[in-house]
Amino acid sequence: MEITALLLSRLQFAFTVSFHIIFPSFTIGLAAWLTVLEALHLATGRPAYRVLFDFWLKIFAVAFGLGVVSGVVMAFEIGTNWSDFSRMTGPIQGVLLSYETFTAFALEAGFLGVLLFGRPKVPAWFYLFSTAMVALGTTLSAFWIMINNSWMQVPVGYVVENGMFAPNDWAKIIFNSVVWSRFPHMLLAAYLTGAFCVAATGAWYLLRGMFIAEAKIMLRMGLYLAAVLVPVQIIFGHLNGEYVVRYQPAKMAAIEARWHNEQPASEVLLAWPDVANRRNLFAITLPPPWGSLIDSDSLDAAEVGLDSIPESDWPPILIPFFSFRIMVGCGVLMLALAWVGSYLSRKGRLARNRTVLWATFLSFPLPFVATLTGWFTAEVGRQPWVVYGVLRTVDAMTPFLTKGTAMISLIVFGAIYSFIFAFGIFYIYRLLRAGPVGRLGLPPTAVLPNRPLSAVDRPDAAAALIHLPAGE
Amino acid sequence: MVMFWVTILAVSILLYVLLDGFDLGVGMLFGLASDEPRRHAIISAVAPVWDGNETWLVVSGVILWGAFPVVYSVLMSAFYLPVLLMLAGLILRGVAFEFRHKTVRMRWMWNASFVGGSLVATFMQGLMVGALVQGLPVSGDRYAGGEFGWFSPFAIACGIGLCVGYALLGACWLVRKCEDDVRDQAYRLIPCLSAALLVFMIVVFGYALVGHFAVMTRWLDRPSLFVFPVVGVLAAITLAASVHRQQDALPFPMVALIFLAAFGTLAISFWPYMIPFSVTIEQAAAPHSSLAFMFWGEGLFVFPLMLLYTVISLTVFRGKVAASRDHY
Ligand code: HDD
Ligand code: HEM
Ligand code: HEM
Repeated sequence: MEITALLLSRLQFAFTVSFHIIFPSFTIGLAAWLTVLEALHLATGRPAYRVLFDFWLKIFAVAFGLGVVSGVVMAFEIGTNWSDFSRMTGPIQGVLLSYETFTAFALEAGFLGVLLFGRPKVPAWFYLFSTAMVALGTTLSAFWIMINNSWMQVPVGYVVENGMFAPNDWAKIIFNSVVWSRFPHMLLAAYLTGAFCVAATGAWYLLRGMFIAEAKIMLRMGLYLAAVLVPVQIIFGHLNGEYVVRYQPAKMAAIEARWHNEQPASEVLLAWPDVANRRNLFAITLPPPWGSLIDSDSLDAAEVGLDSIPESDWPPILIPFFSFRIMVGCGVLMLALAWVGSYLSRKGRLARNRTVLWATFLSFPLPFVATLTGWFTAEVGRQPWVVYGVLRTVDAMTPFLTKGTAMISLIVFGAIYSFIFAFGIFYIYRLLRAGPVGRLGLPPTAVLPNRPLSAVDRPDAAAALIHLPAGE
Repeated sequence: MVMFWVTILAVSILLYVLLDGFDLGVGMLFGLASDEPRRHAIISAVAPVWDGNETWLVVSGVILWGAFPVVYSVLMSAFYLPVLLMLAGLILRGVAFEFRHKTVRMRWMWNASFVGGSLVATFMQGLMVGALVQGLPVSGDRYAGGEFGWFSPFAIACGIGLCVGYALLGACWLVRKCEDDVRDQAYRLIPCLSAALLVFMIVVFGYALVGHFAVMTRWLDRPSLFVFPVVGVLAAITLAASVHRQQDALPFPMVALIFLAAFGTLAISFWPYMIPFSVTIEQAAAPHSSLAFMFWGEGLFVFPLMLLYTVISLTVFRGKVAASRDHY
């Protein structure tokens, strides 16, 4: 493949946005979980909830910081590398991003300071309120960004005017039918990410025989939540597939590696798509009508093959095909694990079952992998369009961007992100390894001196700490 | 509608300059602190609010993209490298807030990235403003100046000038928030920084005069513009007096007023251009349906709320922070 400014810009966008999404998908779930913990603590007064809250808050702070700095890059990158795109879609996408910024980022940023540093300075109800506002902010942010991206997938409610996409029906844009399967799918992905990370941490402590009381709470809450949410997630995934069939036949054909029109269609489970010869090698295929059943909920629906689409409108085939299968594979694994784990936990046998504990501990990458591969399916499958069917990626780029400049920025982002990612993960790992320090917690009413403590130093303020009884 | 969004944009940029201005300035001054307790006090003076401050940059950026897409697309693509470096600086300083607490052995590295990132980000912002004042070539809705079209000695001077300006804001913030050594050191810096800023303004003005910048004719055409420098001078006098009498609360608002005066001068001398002197506000505006949609939701209801959050967060964290030595 020839290296062009376009290729470099695409790589840069894919790299920076993939980096970014790792952190929001973690913090959206975590913020909701923190709100629940704080509310439970206020309601029940059980110190364990407070210990868990303080512990996860430190991890949240690091992840949130990485999410913010990488998000700011996204907001400017659209103009630097995709200037023609940003000029043309600004009247719609810029407006949607401005709604995200006004309603979500400002809310998060306004209350984040209180969440991290304000506990000693504000009344308990206001602290809970601030936690909830941060959680609400992250959710709103996912909502607006999904509307934004859904407009790029299925553009509606616009006319082309002076070379711009001028909105003429905002209701259509916001109540775009595809948003209502994609937004829940993304939000559930974030909650599952939180749930699995929490459960995996609990399993890890149990395996090491530490922080038993907290570990059990984490394991239980994480697994039960996942046991309920994974099936719902799969249903929304299926609904996502229906929109793809309806609006983006080329993407669907690539996801299914379906080369010819079929009625009723078969379903390729696994294969190596041989793009040059338009066929599948080593295919494991379910006979018709499985394909029609899965894609269109019907026994005899016709499914479109790549053959009937001009090759210039084909997306890359291999990436959507495999990334979709990886996502679904992760979903199936998560389902199995959540159900087995929850079952054992109800029977009171989980804490002794080291195999399942190990599996739970090792499961934390699954939701991240599913989220990333889900986005690869959606975004790569959309190619060669940026705005599906109307604006091609080639025409979206900054026309005078040179290869050299694009290369410099790619290298700079690559270097900085690798650097901060490595340290960020290392620091999160250290916080997790240390655990909720020595089972110490602040009494709910402790009055701290009027000095800002970093969210992270809190355990160091040992003078103000009391010992809690081990175990609950 | 167009006027409404120009106003909101101007308010957002001004808030960004004042708010992130002080925390970037504090970031640069952080380099002068000689020991950990002082560094701790300095960083504590901004840690709870910096994220909110930086959000105003994103706010300004997205208003630009949504309401004036042409300007957003021209400026971002024209300033490719300066924006890249600014973002790099903001990333490095942003992560430092959290990361430096997590380590003792590597803390020097995050300290350095805090200082360096603040410096680079500020310099790039000043440079871009300078290049804008000098004028960017635009043809047919696209930037046409080449990769280094923004580079000029004048732009570099503006970059340095903004570093001095933000450092001054930062010093005044430290005077307001800190006690003892940190406050005293900040007090000692204010006169030097103010003098440097004054020199900078004279140089810039002279340079613009000699270089026959298009803005100059506007200053001569519109004598009412001189209101702003007068406000600036009055603020500077009050600043000097308050520093002399060590009234901790006063210097910050006075420097903010000086910034306001400079900002007003720039804004009004460019009027009605958004990219001087090639794209006007009217030409740049998004279709009415976009502006109206923004107005009825975020403009009318959410923007006041955002101002409220800013006030809440500044109020919760008002008052002095102590240089807690006992902390680590
Ligand atoms: C589903 C969720 C999601 C997705 C797909 C994206 N983001 Fe994001 N973003 C968030 C969810 C989020 C968040 C959870 O709301 C963050 C993380 C930390 C934060 O402050 O908000 C955030 C931060 C964040 C910020 C910093 C806000 C601040 O200063 O506080 C910006 C400017 C963006 N994002 C912009 C983008 C762009 C341009 C994206 C795509 C091209 C994008 N985000 C994808
Ligand atoms: C956060 C999760 C996301 C991931 C992981 C992701 C992934 C990708 C990938 C892999 C590409 C490159 C496709 C290719 O060139 O083959 C891409 C392109 C792109 N995506 Fe996304 N995307 C995400 C979200 C978004 C969102 C929310 C938007 C809208 C604001 C968006 C807008 C774009 C644009 C403008 C491009 C560049 C043009 C293009 O290649 O289509 N993406 N993305
Ligand atoms: C197991 C059954 C699942 C099915 C059938 C499914 C289906 C789909 C489909 C068809 C898309 C592409 C939508 C598009 O092109 O716009 C998608 C995207 C996505 N999936 Fe899944 N999915 C499943 C499980 C999961 C799981 C378990 C996760 C994460 C925990 C996940 C996260 C995502 C994400 C983040 C996206 C991109 C956002 C979007 O386009 O909505 N998926 N999914």
